Amino acid sequence: MSDFSIVQFNIQIGDDLTHNVKPLLHEIKHGLDKLVETGQTSIIDLRSIPLAPGEEDKILSMLGQGEVQAQLNALGLSEVTETQYAGVWIVTHYNDENHIISRFIEVTTMPEILCSQTEDIMAAYSRLTVSLEDNV
Amino acid sequence: MTNNSNKEKTLGEVMRSRGVSRRSFLKFCAATASMMAMSPAMIPKIAHALESARRPSVIWLSFQECTGCTESLTRAHTATIESLIFDSISLDYHHTLQAASGHAAEEAREAAMNENWGKYILVVDGSIPTDNPGYSTIAGISNLDMFMQTAAGAAAIISVGTCAAYGGIPHADPNPTGAYSVYDVIKKFSNNQLDGISSATLAKAGEGSVVSKPIISVPGCPPIPVVITGVLTHFLTFGTIPELDHLGRPKAFYGQSIHDRCYRRPFYDKGLFAETFDDEGAKKGWCLYKLGCKGPTTYNACATTKWNDGTSFPIESGHPCLGCSEPDFWDGGGFYKALSMPTENITQTAIYTAAGAAAVGVALGAMNKSKKNNAVAAHNKTTIDDLEK
Ligand code: SF4
Ligand code: SF4
Repeated sequence: MSDFSIVQFNIQIGDDLTHNVKPLLHEIKHGLDKLVETGQTSIIDLRSIPLAPGEEDKILSMLGQGEVQAQLNALGLSEVTETQYAGVWIVTHYNDENHIISRFIEVTTMPEILCSQTEDIMAAYSRLTVSLEDNV
Repeated sequence: MTNNSNKEKTLGEVMRSRGVSRRSFLKFCAATASMMAMSPAMIPKIAHALESARRPSVIWLSFQECTGCTESLTRAHTATIESLIFDSISLDYHHTLQAASGHAAEEAREAAMNENWGKYILVVDGSIPTDNPGYSTIAGISNLDMFMQTAAGAAAIISVGTCAAYGGIPHADPNPTGAYSVYDVIKKFSNNQLDGISSATLAKAGEGSVVSKPIISVPGCPPIPVVITGVLTHFLTFGTIPELDHLGRPKAFYGQSIHDRCYRRPFYDKGLFAETFDDEGAKKGWCLYKLGCKGPTTYNACATTKWNDGTSFPIESGHPCLGCSEPDFWDGGGFYKALSMPTENITQTAIYTAAGAAAVGVALGAMNKSKKNNAVAAHNKTTIDDLEK
């Protein structure tokens, strides 16, 4: 390696720099309450909140991993994971080059993007029909 | 570049014909909402609007510029998403990106203008020289003529980059070419302060009532790529121009200052500043105000949207904000000189911060009077010495 030294910022994961971490976790708690009481889902765009280096990781590590992990292949990879708190999901979209393009916390029973979409089902029906006709 | 058969199709149809699934489309809309700083609740609305949107014709004119804005756009990190946005417009003229050149290219521009008169979007990067038409020409046409003629038939004009938005570096003191922004050129035109426009252009400009065109400014040196595509997508999605601030910038991206969204803000509020680039404060990630940070007076999306695949932004790399999305940032008196004093409304700052008035007192105290006077006195041209300080 080269001999110059790289300045390391002395910001620890434990430092609550922007004071945004706790309110965000409370927001999620309210989201769960709403989901149970009224069935209303909520989405938080993690990119819309000012976070210091390490704070996003802190949020993710506090939410932890739950029972479901799914990968989608739609215009690049997407990861959908249920956190250790049932009903709280992390949806991360990547582009072709595996860079994160957006990340959401969804409070829902099932993120919409996991469901088969009506338009795709209709296209699938036509494709299957054609392929059966071709193979008769 | 232009694909006529695709022009009549809606964006939804174009995407489906390219084998893009509905699920992928939803992902595209989610990323779009995120980049346009819109509430995730807007995702279904964006999906619905984009599904049925028709591809608008876009004419992109580059004048006195360094091509940094086009570089920024084409290096956009969301490769797939950006290319979908690109596919969803009909980019009929962009002399850096198109294969055609010279008269053939100009014919393509005129054809696109005639075909879509009153409906196309005109994107401009670079400032327009007004002193002498010969300073910058394309296929023998002066920038001023080309701009006025093309602007006449546009539905809206997007000034991409600080040069088109405010005049930028070509406009910097002593402005040798008489360079002006899109907005200023149109203002001068309406005040009869422009010479050197051909009579054909004058007729066209009058016919298209150039003076009443909506202008959206997307400043930055360069602007953040997703901000450029975000504005195009907004037009595509809603068929309207986004809400603008007093400088004509979309509020979604320029609504808050770098300082308001800076993760070093708690240090500013506590009066903890780096004094040099390698002192303890710098290593601890303290506020860069005293190193010349223009974050408090700069409105842009860097602090949340970030740069280079969303990796970081200048302040996160330890460098103060230069204020590149503000008018005359180049003549601001030195990138490494502290702003004369905290520019925020103090009561507002006190409300904003948990630490409150005491912290603001510390910040203000830190900028003592003599320093303030020095900083004000130094508001002239940047010298090599300034840059090396
Ligand atoms: S002065 Fe600059 S570094 Fe300090 S908090 Fe404001 S934007 Fe961040
Ligand atoms: S941090 Fe400041 S100087 Fe840098 S790109 Fe953003 S607005 Fe421009």
